[in-house]
Amino acid sequence: MPTTDRTLDEILNLAASHFNVPREKLTPDDDFFKTLGIDSLQALDLLTRLEHHFRIELPDYELQGVSDFRTLANRIQARL
Amino acid sequence: MNDFKGQTLSWQIVNGAIELALHRDPCNEIGSLTLDELEKFAAALPGLTNEAHALIVHSTLKAGFSAGADLRELFQRGQEIEKAAALRGVREFLERIHAVMNALDTAPLTTIAAVHGVTFGGGFELALVCDIIIADRMARFCFPELRLGLIPGFGGIPRLKRDLGNAVVRDLLLTGRSFNVMKAQQIGLVSQIAAEGEALRVARATASQVGKFDRRTAAAAKEFVKPIPYKELKREIDIFCDLYSRPAVEEGLRKFVENEGPQPYLP
Repeated sequence: MPTTDRTLDEILNLAASHFNVPREKLTPDDDFFKTLGIDSLQALDLLTRLEHHFRIELPDYELQGVSDFRTLANRIQARL
Repeated sequence: MNDFKGQTLSWQIVNGAIELALHRDPCNEIGSLTLDELEKFAAALPGLTNEAHALIVHSTLKAGFSAGADLRELFQRGQEIEKAAALRGVREFLERIHAVMNALDTAPLTTIAAVHGVTFGGGFELALVCDIIIADRMARFCFPELRLGLIPGFGGIPRLKRDLGNAVVRDLLLTGRSFNVMKAQQIGLVSQIAAEGEALRVARATASQVGKFDRRTAAAAKEFVKPIPYKELKREIDIFCDLYSRPAVEEGLRKFVENEGPQPYLP
């Protein structure tokens, strides 16, 4: 199983690549809605991409109130 | 009327298949105008059926297939007129949309939903009336109605029960969670997964395949394997209307409508 740091790194890489944001501008504690400039529909798109990437199912209610990459990584890590 | 271009949807016949395209910004929310145009389509369907062997329903919008019922319109309906009249209006809307859904469900040609992105609530219910669901890899499905204190109202529960196991239906309905295509295929909802942006192409290939068979045989096979749960569909309208008149629903709708944050589609 990958470490949480590795999971976090993969999330940041995927988000930077898909939303066309320089990777170096993303940090673990960023509010991803603000940093990526995304709305809720785009957040669902990100969730789907992450589920495919990590081959997991992550119910969206587990993301209630989650807006930073580090907490997102912890939620994903718990499903790996 | 073999082709039509409306404000919320359009249709045309392409290679023997009717292509019904949804295109109401931001994500094909189904309100009065969409319903009017869906009724036009349902009225034209018997004539179109003489010219085509399949129907493909798809969206031309990037955001997805459909985010479902127009919740802003539903909220406004409750605000602008007195409660009893609002409830009568909701029941009338539901009865009209059920008539459209039933016409699509029973159409004597093979119907295919080509979905991508957000396929939520009433949009999910529109896909469920189709014989075959072909989903883009990025499609996401959800019945979020319980978050608003309601149940799906466009025929979703009876049709989901028709197609899936009851335990799965309870999970999806009672948690209100969204799920991706892998899950959708695993539970038997989606028959084919297309690459990103390819659902319509795959649907056209499928429509071409079903067009090789005798139409009367295909219609007989469909009628045999796809019963319409009329009694449960009527019951669904009654339950929806019972729930709609409670203050909790108005508050749920108000919370959604007045949400200016980035997360109105998240729980």
